[in-house]
Amino acid sequence: MAWKVCKRLFLILVLLFLYLPILLLAVYSFTSSTNIGAIRGFSIHNYVTLFTTPELTGMISGTVLLALGAAGIATVLGTIGAIGAFYSRRNASAFITTLNQIPVINADVVTGFSICVLLVVVLHIGKDSYIPLVAGHVTLCAPFVFLSVMPRIRQMDSSIYEAALDLGATPFRALMEVVVPQIVPGIVSGFALAVTLSLDDYFIAMYTKPATFDTISTYVVNATKGAQTSIKTALWALSTVIFLLVVLVVLVSNLRTRRLAAAQDGSLTR
Amino acid sequence: MRFSRKSLGIPYAVFLVIFVAAPLLFLFYYAFTDGQGQFTMYNLTHFFTDPNTLGTLYYSFTIAIVTTAVCLLLAYPAAYFLATSRLQTKSVILMLFIMPMWINFSLRITALKEILNVLEGNLAMHPFLNAVIGMTYDFMPFMILPIYTTISRLDEALREAAMDLGADPVQTFLRVTLPLSVPGILSGVSMVFLPAMTNYVVLDMLYNSTYIMGSLIGSYFAAYNWHGGSMISLILLAMICLFTLLTGNAEEEGARGALL
Repeated sequence: MAWKVCKRLFLILVLLFLYLPILLLAVYSFTSSTNIGAIRGFSIHNYVTLFTTPELTGMISGTVLLALGAAGIATVLGTIGAIGAFYSRRNASAFITTLNQIPVINADVVTGFSICVLLVVVLHIGKDSYIPLVAGHVTLCAPFVFLSVMPRIRQMDSSIYEAALDLGATPFRALMEVVVPQIVPGIVSGFALAVTLSLDDYFIAMYTKPATFDTISTYVVNATKGAQTSIKTALWALSTVIFLLVVLVVLVSNLRTRRLAAAQDGSLTR
Repeated sequence: MRFSRKSLGIPYAVFLVIFVAAPLLFLFYYAFTDGQGQFTMYNLTHFFTDPNTLGTLYYSFTIAIVTTAVCLLLAYPAAYFLATSRLQTKSVILMLFIMPMWINFSLRITALKEILNVLEGNLAMHPFLNAVIGMTYDFMPFMILPIYTTISRLDEALREAAMDLGADPVQTFLRVTLPLSVPGILSGVSMVFLPAMTNYVVLDMLYNSTYIMGSLIGSYFAAYNWHGGSMISLILLAMICLFTLLTGNAEEEGARGALL
């Protein structure tokens, strides 16, 4: 019994370590305090600053646009890459899989630096063109989409594709209407993973971004090196908003899977 | 040419060659040349003879080893207790352990910094401690998840068999569960150790100005010294390859891919 209590206590302590900073910051973001410790009155001042300061709103929308754009490109590339690799001859498939593995195990610092060396130093592509930044984020994300789609292709029943061809579908049509629908879950989770990777990235953006552009990570890292207090506390509000968004997404997706499971149960028993 | 599924691999292969293979080839070129484009071993010998860079290598290893150990000491019991418990709220707690991965790391470190500020008074007084706390805080979910996955996939019959054959709970854990969860540990260690050697922003944000391997690349980058930066990148890459071989590529992609 005592052992059981100890186990639960340990889990609670680890959770506290992970969440106390975020939760405390969330509480303080609704006050006019500028430091943790001295609670002052309730205020939504930080949220007003967050959503009305052009510098902050621009940085947030830029980060989101970059994440969606890079994740979109990465999803298309990674998906067709996985389909292609699966049906290629063994050598070609091994070649693609091996290269695909490099950005996955590599440190982001090295990936970012090497892309900067190739695109900016060797090829003289200006960082202001945003090409190095987008290319860097696509390189970061596409391999994970590839890895997330691949298991779905392996599980897929290939005879349906053959059947579609026999029934007169063009290979392209068979691909779009037979293969792709079967691997949608892998594509969706690949896209979601790509978005989170891009949103969380610091190093690749740091080495490839235009000087005037900031992602949330590069902005926050700079801001902690001596920003104005109003910006500092507005970032507390940003952290709270992101935390609540994550909670919301988790809740909604959990409810959806539960409803789906319930629906499937219902159709099975009927 | 007739369209076939095979040809879909071509655009992705081209993409990988341009954005993954070519940058690495140029790292090799820059690492072994000087400003005039002449071949040189200077960057390599400099790294392994200069006391400063050797000190950085040593400090990176120290930080990475301590961080990995602390992460493991917290994450293993947490993952084990959760995976073997009969709690109704198991999936909710697991989700709580994973969720921090989706919150921007720089904002999370900012939050941690505010707390440490209150606890310690002056952050600059405990640079090593702060670095370890910050990295543990940042990377812990990546240690918990693979260990949890491995333990929860273990067949409960194995543990029951050990108990039936007379092993006490401690023996069962040490001789059955622990050895069988080694793949999860290895995968978690590889997800924490490498970032701990390279993620210098966590140190920067917590006022630890000592260099780790990643900071060397950052400082060469800031000085437009592509040759020096390329050599450090290559050395890191070599260590990463070695490390991956040693840990037997323990479901590397599985772990980071299982985030969803």
